[in-house]
Amino acid sequence: MAHSPVAINPRWPGGIVAGLVLALMLGTLCAVAVRAEFQTGLAVADWAAIRFTVAQAFVSAALSCLLAIPVARALARRQFRGRSAIITLLGAPFLLPVIVAVLGLIMVFGRNGVLNNALGYFGLQEVSIYGFHGVVLAHVFFNMPLVTRLILQGWLSVPSERFRLAASLGAPIGRLIEWPMLRGVLPPAFLVVFLICLTSFAVALTLGGGPKATTVELAIYQALRFDFDLGRAALLALIQFGICAIAALFAWGITGPELTGAGLDRAVQRWDGGVKRDALIIGLAAMFLLLPLGMIVLRGLAGMFSLPPEVWQAAVRSVIVALCSAMLCTLLALALALRAGRLVAITGVLPLAASSLVVGTGLFLLVYPFVSPAKLALPITVLVNAVLALPFVLRSIGPAVAKIEADFGRLGASLGMTQWTWLRLIVLPRLRAPIGFGAGLAAALSMGDLGVIALFAGDAQETLPLAMYRLMGAYKTEAASGAALLLLTLSFALFWICDRGGPADADT
Amino acid sequence: MLTLEALTVRQDDFQLTATLRIGVGVTAVMGPSGAGKSTFLNAIAGFVANVGVIKLDGDRIDALPPAKRPVSMIFQDNNLFPHLTICENVGLGLRLNRKLNDVERQVVSAVLGRVGMAGYEDRKPAALSGGQQSRAALARTLLAGQPIVLLDEPFAALGPGLKHEMLDLTSAVLTEDRGCTVLMVTHDPNDAKRIADQVVWVGDGIVAPPVATADFFGNPPEGLRDYLGKMG
Repeated sequence: MAHSPVAINPRWPGGIVAGLVLALMLGTLCAVAVRAEFQTGLAVADWAAIRFTVAQAFVSAALSCLLAIPVARALARRQFRGRSAIITLLGAPFLLPVIVAVLGLIMVFGRNGVLNNALGYFGLQEVSIYGFHGVVLAHVFFNMPLVTRLILQGWLSVPSERFRLAASLGAPIGRLIEWPMLRGVLPPAFLVVFLICLTSFAVALTLGGGPKATTVELAIYQALRFDFDLGRAALLALIQFGICAIAALFAWGITGPELTGAGLDRAVQRWDGGVKRDALIIGLAAMFLLLPLGMIVLRGLAGMFSLPPEVWQAAVRSVIVALCSAMLCTLLALALALRAGRLVAITGVLPLAASSLVVGTGLFLLVYPFVSPAKLALPITVLVNAVLALPFVLRSIGPAVAKIEADFGRLGASLGMTQWTWLRLIVLPRLRAPIGFGAGLAAALSMGDLGVIALFAGDAQETLPLAMYRLMGAYKTEAASGAALLLLTLSFALFWICDRGGPADADT
Repeated sequence: MLTLEALTVRQDDFQLTATLRIGVGVTAVMGPSGAGKSTFLNAIAGFVANVGVIKLDGDRIDALPPAKRPVSMIFQDNNLFPHLTICENVGLGLRLNRKLNDVERQVVSAVLGRVGMAGYEDRKPAALSGGQQSRAALARTLLAGQPIVLLDEPFAALGPGLKHEMLDLTSAVLTEDRGCTVLMVTHDPNDAKRIADQVVWVGDGIVAPPVATADFFGNPPEGLRDYLGKMG
């Protein structure tokens, strides 16, 4: 009904939201551009930061894709008990607070970690988790599961008749079926991961640093927090924006990845491949994901009940920020979903390529002349977290809204429903499941966020991830582990409550 | 009396024009697939942009939004909201709210009784058969009390026996009880012969004026012969 004059979904809130999001993105960019000091030019260290940022993102994305292929293939062709649990596990890193995962990885791969203890036992040289390979390791930990799910989707979308045909012909499955599928799925997956790795500040903050392993975002943070060199921070933010913009141009048209995992619960029946090898691959992948999480739980239990009171206060702050951010994000996404169209498509993708540090620097420059940035740390964190989670939440709500209008829009209009009645009686009740999922996602992402808050917060505005970071920096390992377990629990609990609260007694 | 004067719909390279008058009773709308039967109904309901004049008993209704037109429509599917009970769904014809008061509930129950659905108030649509869902949609249309009712192949998915039952019921409650002007899109000549007083033929971009059902099938237009022949 392209020519339908029926507009039962209210469009104007989406227009306002799109305007606000674009204003936030472009406004902060302008603030950064105005303040940037070009005279001094780029120092050697800045060039090193640019090189490091791009190189680690490239290697991280490439490795994530390469390692994901065998895992996805093994999962696609094997049916076994616990398969759906492993697919759920593959979704977990997306919700996992970055700093928790990093601590878990340090416990496994760090100096006194499981791996190095084993290496030492055999008299082998120990490996270091800090620097380039540590950053890449953490990025692979987060993104390999994401790519695995994307590829798995590709594999399962191949009609089973084709595998049967290939098997009956004795034709090479790889060249005939798998390679064409991978050629379609891998490039967008690579670009999404590349973008994510360009803007993953928390990993660089915890595992990077020093002249050899500083990303542009980390350099922004240091310029702002340590040197208070606003001109240089602004210049670096402009550079970061440029890098992201170039990458985003390549990734144009890619929306947020599908995160629900719907339809991944069946295996393709095939007649090739070794069962033992697949079992080994799946086992290794599961261990790679489970070991760091297990270490957090193991070590954290001891520390969780003797946490200093500041950490509990930070936890309360974090929960409030996460809930506000989830609510705001859901409202924004709902308004955008009701509007649909090209403007919304752009608004929904833009934050994927945005760097919270660039937006943060812009906001810092805007508010700094008027009020102490620390005072606004929490509201700004709520806002930025909500906007950055927007692509994922919109991806959950958007298609559902479109389907409701397609199925029932004419009926609603012919019954004489006003926009408000339509929203209240039909849209909102029917959207409970996607809204619950989206809100849970936004809450968990905000709960674990360690980005813009690091630029703004003083001690009185510390959130749980920030408190945990400071504990780690002070080598208070037990308290840090306790805080990590608390953060992990709260993140997953928030997601679970929102997601479960949604679909209760919802009829399809 | 529903009067259409040079009602014209343009969609890309498709065009449909209608100049005709339709009185109270059931009028079947027939024509080949893609000829624009549904578009014709959607134009009357206000769902597709159109130019021209639509009058009901002398009053122009073509400038009104769909919600304000004196029109009820029953679609092929999705006539009931899955998350609402039958009582709530039917009640929407009375008042746009989920909560009904006791008097309203009694009215809804009475109408449900009229369409043979007494006692189904608290079921959800998913717990109903296709025929029962059609009955509930019909009940809501009765409650809405609009003078024009548009049926866009609402019973196409039902088996023959059930379909005849629904056609008879529709004709009885909408025209005999209420005196509505009913336009019904159908592919099946037997549907038209069963309940329609007259038939309009949609073909070659034109909605032809109505012809009495017996005359229509006694002396069929050329397009109908091709259409029925192709149907085999």
